[in-house]
Amino acid sequence: MAPRIKIPATKYPVERFTLGNGLRVVLSPDRSAPVVGVAVVYDVGIRSEPEGRTGFAHLFEHLMFQGSENLEKLAHFRHVQGAGGSFNGSTHLDYTDYFEVLPSGGLERALFLEADRMRGPRLTEENLRNQVDVVKEEIRVNVLNRPYGGFPWLKLPPVMFETFPNAHDGYGSFEDLESATVEDARGFFDRYYACGNAVLSVAGDFDVAEATAMIERHFGDVPARPAPRLPDFFEPDLTAERRESYVDRIAPLPAVAGGWRVPDPIATFDDYLPFVVLAEVLTDGDASRLVERLVQRDRTATTLGGYIGFMGDEYQVRNPTALLLQAHLPPGGDADKVLRTIDEELDRLAADGLKPGELDRTQARMATRLLNGTDDVLGRALPMAVLELQRGRPELLNDLPKLISEVRAEQIVAAAATLRPERRASVEVIPGASA
Amino acid sequence: MTKTVTKTLPDLVPDAELNLPLERERTLPNGLTVIAIRRSAVPLVEVRLRIPFGRAPLAPATLLSQALLTGTGAMSSIDIAAELQAVGGSLAAGLDPDRLLISGNALADGLDRTLELLAGVLTGAAYPETEVATERERLVDHIQVALSQPGHLARVALLRRMYGAHPYAVQTPGPEEVRAVEPAALRELHADRVRPDGAVLVLVGDIDPEQAIDTADKILGGWTGSAPDGTIPATPALETGPLLLVDRPGSVQSSLRIALPALTRTDPDYAALYLANLVFGGYFSSRWTENIREDKGYTYGSYSSIEHYVAGSALVASAEVATEVTGPSLLETQYELGRIASLAPGEEELEQARRYALGALRLGMSTQAGLAGLASTYAGFGLRLNHLRDYSAALSAATREEVAAAAAKYLAPSRAVAVVLGDAERIEAQLAALTAVERGAA
Repeated sequence: MAPRIKIPATKYPVERFTLGNGLRVVLSPDRSAPVVGVAVVYDVGIRSEPEGRTGFAHLFEHLMFQGSENLEKLAHFRHVQGAGGSFNGSTHLDYTDYFEVLPSGGLERALFLEADRMRGPRLTEENLRNQVDVVKEEIRVNVLNRPYGGFPWLKLPPVMFETFPNAHDGYGSFEDLESATVEDARGFFDRYYACGNAVLSVAGDFDVAEATAMIERHFGDVPARPAPRLPDFFEPDLTAERRESYVDRIAPLPAVAGGWRVPDPIATFDDYLPFVVLAEVLTDGDASRLVERLVQRDRTATTLGGYIGFMGDEYQVRNPTALLLQAHLPPGGDADKVLRTIDEELDRLAADGLKPGELDRTQARMATRLLNGTDDVLGRALPMAVLELQRGRPELLNDLPKLISEVRAEQIVAAAATLRPERRASVEVIPGASA
Repeated sequence: MTKTVTKTLPDLVPDAELNLPLERERTLPNGLTVIAIRRSAVPLVEVRLRIPFGRAPLAPATLLSQALLTGTGAMSSIDIAAELQAVGGSLAAGLDPDRLLISGNALADGLDRTLELLAGVLTGAAYPETEVATERERLVDHIQVALSQPGHLARVALLRRMYGAHPYAVQTPGPEEVRAVEPAALRELHADRVRPDGAVLVLVGDIDPEQAIDTADKILGGWTGSAPDGTIPATPALETGPLLLVDRPGSVQSSLRIALPALTRTDPDYAALYLANLVFGGYFSSRWTENIREDKGYTYGSYSSIEHYVAGSALVASAEVATEVTGPSLLETQYELGRIASLAPGEEELEQARRYALGALRLGMSTQAGLAGLASTYAGFGLRLNHLRDYSAALSAATREEVAAAAAKYLAPSRAVAVVLGDAERIEAQLAALTAVERGAA
């Protein structure tokens, strides 16, 4: 066995301040490439959308691109791309993000655009109807017209959870989307898109003093509005195994996913982190426990993956969340058998512990992935914004490789011991198409 | 808020001159070219090894790419995976009609070990019976799943329609062809084609380029031999004809694919064609997307791009549209192609596309992985990163007239080859109202 490799860390600088109107700002300068990443995240996501309005948080994300106080429809896209940049946004369980990456000469333009829509998007009937149509096509592309659409991120939560915030379909039903009104959108904006409920972050090639002045200039006069009270989405853990299945009419082969609740990712981060590492010990690469067993040896699965958070955003999710394992199976594959084998391997890990080198190499690979992610300016701006929003701790991004490397074998074993079948929710895809 | 202030858009600060990173290159005695580039923002190294694989038999070559890392005389697949992982490393192989590409990354301190493991595989891949059998079944399953995906099926139909009898026409083997491949065939193909002569290794990261090349020389020097000529004949001109309709009963969307002729990266008119494509459909602020998504809501996304293969280039436009508006979507697409081919783009419209093109080059170069991908792709066409300077200059210089001329020549709807995959019963009449339609198999 090779000697343990040293896990390096990044030292991206982090500057934080809050504007008079309550907008929190995080800056991380780096002059190594002439590009800049800008992110604005709002503390509202799928879990906060009202009952009867499934999919609304995501639909609203689309409306934020449809013009704003000083900008016509289409202007946002044209101005970002006309500055040589790219943009996007995404809706998560606990936040919604908007971001641009541009050559550094476009920084002030990006700040102007984000400030303008923070002051007020153009919420019109025409734009709403247009984007309801676009979102329906998005759902068709990603869920309805393709095999395994929404598996498991939309299919497992209703099995695992009871309450509307945690259990509903975050993409939304066509009925709910079609009945959404401009009034709903105005109310949602007023309630959640307050500058006190947002974080702006900028990473990359800029001067801190100049960027600070630009931020004051563009965001300083956004009217102060406080954040709404953050609800607690807690619900109790499972006390008995839950198991469901559904037919996917276009899937040719079976698949199965299981999930177990994990400790609160924010309040008890030290207890949570071993579960993040455990997911990788079980599934990262051909030498990982479950891939070796299920894919290579037993051939009861053809692919197998594991992660925390239904959207794979393990450092950007609040409680409650889950460790997920998902497998695609060969023709005639037996989901029961796969789940039983997973139980067996978890028991073995809990009873016999880790093999020499097993934890070290998993930590090394996790470090590579984290560092690779932060090489991209948006790979810093986005997570730093969310870490500030949820924890007031954007510099955690620099600390993660080290914190991961400090997770001990006994913590992994203890974490594995909690993944009992009676705490598991699972969902099986029954293929509806003949293979 | 009581008053509305009208704000004006801030000006852009002009880009500084393009700054290319430190790059070194050497062709080793075994014929392997090593290109090493320093970008030290994170302590990692990216690895790309491109091995020419044109005209390799499709099913064995595809399975070879899946089974390459499953064992050597000295190591099992799990040993290889574990030892790579120990230095934060990972390697995977993929195949396209021109090349076998092995790509991965590792902690910078793990470069030597990663290259040693790579060398072990290149010179000693054993293709063990059991592991090959596992990978073969997995590959068959993956192909089965791909055959249920509309995007894949539309691509299969389009390639066949574009390339006819040319080797690029079929890029995924059938399940039965894969089932018939024995480990002996992989060993034979490996001995024949996985050779350093003509291959290019790109290393990018927190490295000293000269030292990284020395390391590669030392570790990969024992990999020897040359492969037979794999040159692929030039791609044929597109043959226009009726729209090809492929039935996928029950589809709730239609997959619209349109192929048009294009130019190679080094053609003097390429920058003008690239800009014309952007204005038509090559980015979000294109006419096509603004029309069928932001005005009409027919699609979540439409996108056109120029695809380069070693033997030729083509322009491909793709959109997934609602079944009930399949005909109207084709109509708007033809309209936008006709408009770009017959009227020069507006001045501001062209400047916006130009700035986007120049910015995208800078963004693409701003990460280790981006640089590695770009350097490796360029190398496959005999180009180096310094081509970016010439290309940027050409993008900056292209005039409205040149862009209009390129659009007239290459984007004209009369030159398009169209394929639509969807629920034929619900869309055939819609399409037939606009153009001649023939039914085809996926």
